Amino acid sequence: MNLVILSFILFFSLSFFFIGKARVLRLANYNIKNLNSLPEYYGYYLAAWCALPALIILFFWSIFELSIIKIFVLSDFKLDPTIDDNKLNLIFSQIVSIAEKKFSGTIPQNLIPYVEKFIALNKIIELSKFAVLFSAIILSLIFAYRQILKNIKARESVEKIIRGLMFLCATLAIFTTFGIVLSLLFESIKFFTSVSIFDFLTGTNWAPGRAFVRDASVQTANVENVFGAIPLFWGTTFIAAIAMCVAVPVGLFSGIFLAEYSSRKFRKITKPLIEILAGIPTVVYGFFAALTVGPLFRLVGEKFGLEVSSESALAAGVVMGIMIIPYVSSLTDDVINAVPNSLREGSFAIGATKSETIKKVVLPAALPGIVGSILLAISRAIGETMIVVMAAGLAANLTLNPLEASTTITTQIVTILIGDQSFNNPKTQAAFALGITLFFFTLFINVIALSIVKKFREKYE
Amino acid sequence: MSKVEKIKLLKKRYKAERRFKFYGILSVCLAILFLFILIINIFSKGSGAFFKTEILLNIKFDEKKLGLNINSSDKEIQEANFEEILKDALLVLAPKVPELKQAELIDMVSIDAALEVKKFYFYNKGVLNKIAEVPLTLSDDLDQVYKGNFPRDIPEERRRFSDFQLKIFDDQISKNKIVYKFNWSFLTNADSREPELAGVASSLAGSFFTILVCLILSFPIGILAAIYLEEFAPKNKITEIIEVNVNNLAAVPSIVFGLLGLGVFLNYFYLPRSTPLVGGMVLALMTLPRIIIPCRAALKAVPPSIREGALALGASKVQTVMHNVVPLAMPGTLSGTIIGLSQALGETAPLLLIGMIAFINVVPATPIDPSAVLPVQVYLWSESAERGFVEKTSATIIILIFFLIIMNSFAIYLRNKFERKWS
Repeated sequence: MNLVILSFILFFSLSFFFIGKARVLRLANYNIKNLNSLPEYYGYYLAAWCALPALIILFFWSIFELSIIKIFVLSDFKLDPTIDDNKLNLIFSQIVSIAEKKFSGTIPQNLIPYVEKFIALNKIIELSKFAVLFSAIILSLIFAYRQILKNIKARESVEKIIRGLMFLCATLAIFTTFGIVLSLLFESIKFFTSVSIFDFLTGTNWAPGRAFVRDASVQTANVENVFGAIPLFWGTTFIAAIAMCVAVPVGLFSGIFLAEYSSRKFRKITKPLIEILAGIPTVVYGFFAALTVGPLFRLVGEKFGLEVSSESALAAGVVMGIMIIPYVSSLTDDVINAVPNSLREGSFAIGATKSETIKKVVLPAALPGIVGSILLAISRAIGETMIVVMAAGLAANLTLNPLEASTTITTQIVTILIGDQSFNNPKTQAAFALGITLFFFTLFINVIALSIVKKFREKYE
Repeated sequence: MSKVEKIKLLKKRYKAERRFKFYGILSVCLAILFLFILIINIFSKGSGAFFKTEILLNIKFDEKKLGLNINSSDKEIQEANFEEILKDALLVLAPKVPELKQAELIDMVSIDAALEVKKFYFYNKGVLNKIAEVPLTLSDDLDQVYKGNFPRDIPEERRRFSDFQLKIFDDQISKNKIVYKFNWSFLTNADSREPELAGVASSLAGSFFTILVCLILSFPIGILAAIYLEEFAPKNKITEIIEVNVNNLAAVPSIVFGLLGLGVFLNYFYLPRSTPLVGGMVLALMTLPRIIIPCRAALKAVPPSIREGALALGASKVQTVMHNVVPLAMPGTLSGTIIGLSQALGETAPLLLIGMIAFINVVPATPIDPSAVLPVQVYLWSESAERGFVEKTSATIIILIFFLIIMNSFAIYLRNKFERKWS
């Protein structure tokens, strides 16, 4: 529906571009010297006035449309004190899916009058949307048309509109951050009303599947004890640590070699090759870890008489480490290249070998940058999802043994939210609580890393 | 220090030097080795899926059994039952077998074999009442045996095909009735529960729509934002906040964007679940900072003399930027966008959360039909137990990597061919 309206608006504004341009040309007796701006700008002016108010109305209309319908449709249910907000939402989504004929299963008969009400309201709202948009377009067009007949300075107005549009696009980054924080916070707060934040952050038992025991009214106290996220935090840190054990030495030495030793030609070939590792989709690494590396470690483990579970923290960590190598190596390479040559020359002049120069002069100078790049790699490892989902397992073990299965924050978010469609229970809300933990944790690391790297750059550039 | 000691020390230092250099070479080689192992592993596993085995079966198109005649309309053919003649033809392979074994015979071909017979008849109507040799897809278990992915010498009860089936199969091989050919249906079929029928068409279409939505949203917004930040933004608090936000969003884990999509797009705006529309919107938000950052770099690389020249000729600031700076920065901008989109193409986690993991057995026709995307298809198939799906998964990865290579080479081409070096 909105797509049709959109294309209408676009068509209108496009045609008014040409109408406006032709009109002012006629006004100026086809001599553009009589105009304040180039004739195109009058066309743009008209087109912008045609489209922008309509688009703004359409945007806000689409946002509030459903909430208004919701208030009207659910007004009867609101009188019933036994129905809380969660239930209201559930009822409403049922009504919506019945109305769109997407409802699977038997349709609850008591909802049918409300579905009809929903459809009727939808129709009214749709029609009034048309009317409002149409009149908005007409009104703003009349205004703009009168303006261009006055031979205004159209270019300045159009440029103001363009700048405004650009500013709006740039602020989208802020809105996205707000959206993330608010949507995560909103659900997390609901979660923390049923589970205390202290239990969540310090509990050592993670078994959200058992949260439903409460619904079966077998045990009431159970819900607080199954959302202890410590095993997840541990698993995340543990796997990230294994990954860093692979990525840091390999990445660091590759970066040093590429920056200091290799010929220009060698570097030109190998650097992009290594960077391909970062461009391969993570799901491919997950598949590789689950089907090749996992069984391989298991086989090797059996040779040495070790018991390796087929989904082990080690397999996931090692493969994740491979993925992260280029993040470390490229940044190290850049950072080392930024160290001024005079430092190296000074060191050579007093007779140091190349490796001594690197170890004693270049690396200490580049240290903040390297630390920053490693921190960025760590945050990447913590937020990585598919490898751990496919290769690290689901068991929330609090273990130091890398050969056992281990689970992470991201794995649990995915497993909780896949397949489980019902929304208003502590289990799904727990995923959002985990999400906000992950978000702030990675944000914290990123901010530190970026500020370190920035300071380093300022020092030498 | 004596001379001997000095030489000793020097040797030690040179040794350390060589050791250090060796570590560097080793690391580089190790990284490249990992890459090759990964790629060879995927290709060796997946190339089989591009081929399939078919059995040439002599089928008698009996008029009475089909209930058709030479003048039957297309609709009648559609409704006709081809199962029976297929069954008859399969039973000919091993005459006089007990009832129990008959089912095993029928299991040798794929579940959709009757449909294939129907399709064959549809294009060759002259075969009515005659015997024709029809190629039929084999069941995936025998297909895997033929490709050598499944050992045939393990005990019967531990494999998914019987000795009887194997015997008939070998018999047919010796009669040259088994053909091995390019598997077009892998590219044209939608997903299926049966590995021999499953294809990537639905997820290819899904990926296409998702990336299209992502491109339509993220490209204009990203470019405009980059232009604003680089050319127009005054140095104030708001600009600073925007810049910090852009940089941080680029490093936010992708799964968090999935939570955003779930919480806002699905649960607040009730946008249709599992669709490329929502998937594209989520990926667009994720891609935006990854487009803005290279775009800004491309704009920054345009020398100020260009701007000054335009301004000196009396162009306004907006005209200068739009007519002079942006066109010069376009190659860098485009290649940055393409690389951002190629990352979006390989992204899985956020799409799992907005429900693009449903089993989709039709090819989506619009961005608001439920669909899967290539990386999610990889995930879905890798979770399947059937052996046939392993090679399908690897083959899907090959297709995915193929598209990534195309996109990235196009980006590199743009950069090398059109980007001007200002010195």
